[in-house]
This record gives sequence, C-alpha cells and structure tokens, in this order.
Amino acid sequence: MLSDIALLLVGAVLVNNFVLVQFLGLCPFMGVSNKLETAMGMSIATTFVLTLASVCSYLTYNYLLLPLDLTYLRTISFILVIAVVVQFTEMVVRKTSPLLHRVLGVFLPLITTNCAVLGVALLNINQAHSFIESLFYGLGAALGFSMVLVLFAAMRERLAFADIPEPFQGAAIGMITAGLASLAFMGFAGLI
Amino acid sequence: MVNWLVNEPLLAALAALILLGSVFGALLGYAAIRFKVEGNPISEQVNALLPQTQCGQCGYPGCRPYSEAIAEGDAINKCPPGGEETIQALADLLDVEPQPLDAEHGVEKEPVVAWIREDECIGCTKCIQACPVDAILGAAKVMHTVIADECTGCDLCLDPCPVDCIDLIPRKQGIGFWHWPLPADRFRPIEVIATDAATRTAA
Repeated sequence: MLSDIALLLVGAVLVNNFVLVQFLGLCPFMGVSNKLETAMGMSIATTFVLTLASVCSYLTYNYLLLPLDLTYLRTISFILVIAVVVQFTEMVVRKTSPLLHRVLGVFLPLITTNCAVLGVALLNINQAHSFIESLFYGLGAALGFSMVLVLFAAMRERLAFADIPEPFQGAAIGMITAGLASLAFMGFAGLI
Repeated sequence: MVNWLVNEPLLAALAALILLGSVFGALLGYAAIRFKVEGNPISEQVNALLPQTQCGQCGYPGCRPYSEAIAEGDAINKCPPGGEETIQALADLLDVEPQPLDAEHGVEKEPVVAWIREDECIGCTKCIQACPVDAILGAAKVMHTVIADECTGCDLCLDPCPVDCIDLIPRKQGIGFWHWPLPADRFRPIEVIATDAATRTAA
C-alpha cells in the first residue's frame, strides 16, 4: 500500500510530470516563471487547488454521477468543481494573506483554466484510482508542477543576465529552455 | 428515488447539475460572508504606517489617498514627514526594496508645530480653513490659536495667513512630553480628526 503510493507520487512528479512530459498547464508555466517569488506563490496556490480539486471531483464522480449513470457529465461537473474550489481558495487567501493575494494577482483565478487541474481529475477516473490514490495523484501532480515551475523560474532569473542573441531574447529563449528541460525529463521514462 | 431517477436520464442529469450548482452556490455564498474583506486591507495597513500629517507633499490630497495609491503600486518614497523610518516600515510591509526619500517631494525635517503670534493675529479664519486636521481654534475677528497636540506641522496654514503671524517651531522632544495614549473606548470610532486613527492603533 505504502509502496504503491510512493510509486504513484514518483510517477506523477518525475516520470509523467504534468508540465514537461504531458504538456499540461503550460500557460501558468510560461506566464508566472519570470520571478522566483511569484513562481513560489503560484506553486503553493496550485498545490492546494489541485489536491482539493482532485479529491472533490473524485467524490462528485463516485457519489453523484456514477449512481445516477451520468458519467457523460463528468467534464462539465469537474469544471464546475474546479471553478468553485478556485473561487473558494481566492476568498480564503484574500482574507488570510492580502500580500499573497496581491502577489498572485490575476494568476489565482487563472488556475481555473489550468488544464493540469482538469487533466488530473479526468486521469483519476480513467485510471480508476481509489480515494487515497486520487488524493496522492493530485498531490504528486501538484508537487511536480511546483518543482518544475520553481526550477524554471530560477533558470529564467539567470537567463535575464545572460548574453542572448537578439532573435532569441524574451519568450523565445524561454520556450527553448522549456524544450530542453522537457528532453531532460524524458530521461526519467524508464524509472518505473 | 435514485432508482426512479436512473430510469429518467434527462431528469437525472438536470437534478444532478441543479444539486451540484446549488450546493456549490450555497458554499460560495457562505464563504463570501464568512471571509468578507472590508475595504482594501493593504491600503489600511499602509495608512496606519503613514504619519497622518495630511500635508499633501506626496502629491495626493492626504494620507489615505496616498496609501491607496501605494496599494495600487505607487512609489513608497514620497512622504517627507515620515522620512526614512516610514519608508523602511512600508518596505517591510510590502516586501519591496527601501528607496531613499524622493527629494522632488521635499526633504525630511525635524518635527515642528505651528505657533500663532497672538498679538499679530487679525482673526481672518483663513488658517482654520486651510488646516487639514482642525488643529486651529478661533472665530472671525477673534484671535486664533493652535492645539499643539493635534497639529501635525504640515505648514499648510503658513501661506494663507495675510499677516504672516504663524511660525513653525521645533516640537519639544523628550520624556517629559510623552503621555499615555488615551484608552481607545473613550472615543467613538469616528474619523473626523486624522489623529484619531493614530490613537486607536496605538492603544
């Protein structure tokens, strides 16, 4: 049981990393990685939302949609669940930590459209995960996302001082770096 | 109920979505009340750190408008009365780099208090209208005087005075001039006088 969960976590963080291997959630990955500080804030918010949304969508699917034979409604229901979780998180963050709210700014509502969140919810159903497995799969996906986001933000902060040829400056070098990082993560493919 | 709904797929879908929608709506409605934020908490915290002189040297009509501008991202080094100390406190609060005071808006001076030379005062009430904190007492054709405790030393009363009878004298500092902050419940929470805000935060 414990080794299963460890495998699931390692699988979601490294082998099937949501950003660099499955290419989900690229929008916040490119958008928030300019500064290490915002990347960390975004990571924390996404971790919270992703884990909670994973669990909530599991509950919705298994206790509402499955008994009523409505599995074809899963996408729209999950979008609703994710939107509510994000909105709820935003309210809590705004009340408890106005500074974090200011740092995250527009990116907190943008988690709603982070396809990694919907991806985790749908993959949980496709791979027939149990409740505990869903929880850890969501957590693993979030940790993988956070790790890659923070690493990439650190790289981009250094890139800001690098001597880059003019045609490659700005977003272009960011994309190239992301591609190289993705290649590096392909190396984990045979791990499990 | 569940068996009946399974046989009616259309109604089941409607019921499920309505149920989900209303449960989440209720949850968000509750959260909106429970986690309600009054005003802009950042600008409140910034306003508490500003010296409340209401002098307008920052280019805004008072301390609260400036605090709102800071919350929107304006520079934190436009407050000469607050000086380095205020800039440092704001930098800590907002987690930004402290900058030196912007000389364009004035230089840091020692704390001063307005003083009316009472024999020369003609009782024109112009300084009363100029005072942002209502620290000047007096009436038409009667001598005016300054309530030293309320005066913030902002020098806005100097220009309107037609006989130039107002001086800014250094505020006496030292342990003999310190007094206990009054208990907060003695005052009704009104924001008529700007220094009320400072008293309540201090108490």
